[in-house]
Amino acid sequence: MTTTTEGGAAPAKARHGVNLHVLGPILALIALVIVGALMNSNFLSAGNVTNVLARSAFIGIIAVGMTFVITAGGLDLSVGSMAAFIAGLMILVMNLALPSMGVGLPVMLLGIATALVAGLVAGWINGILITTMRIEAFIVTLGTMGIYRSLVTWLADGGTLSLDFGLRTALQPLYYSGILGISWPIIVFAIVAIIGEVVMRMTAFGRYCAAIGSNDQVARYSSVNVNRMRLYTYVGLGLLVGIATIMYVPRLGSASSATGVLWELEAIAAVIIGGTVLKGGFGRVWGTVIGVLILSLIGNILNLTDAVSPYLNGAIQGVIIVLAVILQRESKAGD
Amino acid sequence: MASQTISQPRLALRSVDRSFGPVQVLHGIDIDLRPGEVHALIGENGAGKSTAMKIMTGYLAPTGGTVELDGKPVRFGSSETAEAQGVVLIHQEFNLAEQLTVEENVFLGRELRRGLFLDKAAMRRKTAGWLSELRCRVAPTDRVSDISNPDKQLVEIAKALGRDAKVIVMDEPTAVLTNSEAEALFEQIDRLRSEGAAILFTSHKLDEVKRISDRITVMRDGVVVTTKPTSEMSEDQMAEAMVGRELKDLYPVRRGALSETPALQVEGLTVPGHAEDVSFTLRQGEILGIAGLIGSGRTEAMEGLVGLRRHTGRVRIGGQDATIRTPKEAQELGLVYLTEDRKSRGLVLNMGLRENLTLTSLRQFAKPLLDRRAEEEALTKAIRDFDIRTPARDTLAKNLSGGNQQKLLIAKTMLAEPKIVIIDEPTRGIDIGTKQQIYDFIHRLAAEGTSVIVISSELPEVIGLSDRVLVMRRGRMAGEVAGADKTEDAIVRLAMGLGAASREEEPA
Repeated sequence: MTTTTEGGAAPAKARHGVNLHVLGPILALIALVIVGALMNSNFLSAGNVTNVLARSAFIGIIAVGMTFVITAGGLDLSVGSMAAFIAGLMILVMNLALPSMGVGLPVMLLGIATALVAGLVAGWINGILITTMRIEAFIVTLGTMGIYRSLVTWLADGGTLSLDFGLRTALQPLYYSGILGISWPIIVFAIVAIIGEVVMRMTAFGRYCAAIGSNDQVARYSSVNVNRMRLYTYVGLGLLVGIATIMYVPRLGSASSATGVLWELEAIAAVIIGGTVLKGGFGRVWGTVIGVLILSLIGNILNLTDAVSPYLNGAIQGVIIVLAVILQRESKAGD
Repeated sequence: MASQTISQPRLALRSVDRSFGPVQVLHGIDIDLRPGEVHALIGENGAGKSTAMKIMTGYLAPTGGTVELDGKPVRFGSSETAEAQGVVLIHQEFNLAEQLTVEENVFLGRELRRGLFLDKAAMRRKTAGWLSELRCRVAPTDRVSDISNPDKQLVEIAKALGRDAKVIVMDEPTAVLTNSEAEALFEQIDRLRSEGAAILFTSHKLDEVKRISDRITVMRDGVVVTTKPTSEMSEDQMAEAMVGRELKDLYPVRRGALSETPALQVEGLTVPGHAEDVSFTLRQGEILGIAGLIGSGRTEAMEGLVGLRRHTGRVRIGGQDATIRTPKEAQELGLVYLTEDRKSRGLVLNMGLRENLTLTSLRQFAKPLLDRRAEEEALTKAIRDFDIRTPARDTLAKNLSGGNQQKLLIAKTMLAEPKIVIIDEPTRGIDIGTKQQIYDFIHRLAAEGTSVIVISSELPEVIGLSDRVLVMRRGRMAGEVAGADKTEDAIVRLAMGLGAASREEEPA
């Protein structure tokens, strides 16, 4: 059996015919689906599948952006807090505008615009601090992670920011309805993933991200505007956090200091499980999509079966992440 | 060691074979290193020199034949076992922990202790002793990341001294050194030789081989072509033995008259901390050499010119005033710089040939999606035009030999279709056959009307290749030589700031 890698700059190619690096995540996903189907007959029902996909969408949309950031040699720890802050801001702005604008399309568009602009600005701030100010991505985003988390707690005065009930009903279709029975979050996730895959593999920007992550000096000497490309990855990620938040707000209709907790870890984990190299230089968006699905399937299976307590979800995810990185290294050692 | 006769080799390879998978790279080679002798190992890139050196020093095991130490067969399980027995390899790419100090590096893995604690004072004292023997000016407490390449080289040698090395194998020790620095290194090699060390080194600079070695082994295609005393071989004979054919004149001759039209005019170029008030004019189709010691600001001035560094000054391209803040802006004006550091600035070693080739000019291929087929065509053309010899089309850049990496880097730069190209060290670490190809190529480029600036530390190269040579010294233009004045002596005097012809070392 031989496997050829389609992508341009695949890292190590396994010597023994099967390329674990490519097949690993896919095999893991198939195994999980089989395990799930054997353990619970409801697992493959349309309802459950839709539910899993819709819940994956938030992390998934963010993880696609994270793939570019990591491929270009960066990291963003602030996305979970950023989502919470944007959700809080969006709710606050819409509630404030409600008396003058009334329930309707204008106030919804205002909310959507707020989320998109906030995401862009937040990503831009991260990016500028990292590129122009030359501060480590880890430090910058650790800082902004704390700042956004604290800001949303302050906006909510330590409690919960709730969307006006009428508005909430009006917004609900953003999460619950869709086209042909497929809900909006799934559709948006699919579109984002497809665009992300095309951008990564088939545009100059994707190639630049890989080159920068691999060796930013070479990129600089090759007339690539390294700072600007890096900035774009953070701005893009911020925008995607905004998009994910737009659909997250109607789901619960509220935001608090507990919103989006650990999303950054799930997003980073999904990227790494999918085969993107943590140090940068190689990334694949389809892998990230599979990584997201693997993570949410584990949670779903634990919820559907009694064998293992769902409280252990985090532990199992942790094991998977470490395993994924070990596999990545082994395929590198064969180099 | 009293009973040892002079002729007994300290370390010897006896009909050593080595294969990597199905590919055999060494075919029954014999080399012996004798105490008190400097042995030069020469050959083109890919001849098997590195593999032979790695087998001598325990980094690789032979797949056939034996390694003998003091007449007895040995099997070094690893480089550590070899080092423990006094056989040390000094790598071309340094093996130093950049964030540690010089002293910590010299004693890494065999730190002196007093009770539970490190005996820092003793280690510092000994390190300082070795460094001063080597006439190296760095302090034991300096961080390795802060010291220059030649100093790193000397620290590597100090490390070998500290390990009581009986056999020292050096992979191109002078590749990163200027002539005067190399001369200082040779004095140390002389001293080590007189103390009875067996030394093997490789170099592409045949004048150095002539100057320092006692015996020469020439390798070609994985076999030893000849081993002879240095006194019996001229530099021409060495080159011919390496290449396996007669070499005609290395440097092509300019055909046709030089245009008077200026392509690039630079006035008062200043790169803070590196170059000051540099002015020159480059004519269309001209090959302009820039010489100077390492640290004279040659590279930094040119990096400033193309927007890789902050700079001030007036630049005119084709008579038009030009503002260049980024390499991209320079490229749009037809000005491209090719770095001297192909491994960490020129090529993304972990990417394929195609991705590397098109990186500088990727916008040409984005419509807006990348045109994969056009990229493949460009690679086919580059492999043909630049004679890039690659094991496979879809290999990673790091799998190419140094010479072929350099050709790929040149192909990558030329794909941006520059009108003015600055080539920094066009042939560093490259064998003589490939050098000749690169010289021919540069001349062809100039004949087609491209203006070329060549920065080089090798004086014969910069003289043989260029129409005029500018000499830099301490960040300033020290002078210009052309025509009959274009001699090594004149350039060295300008570079050193000397009135009289003497080769004294420049105080730092």
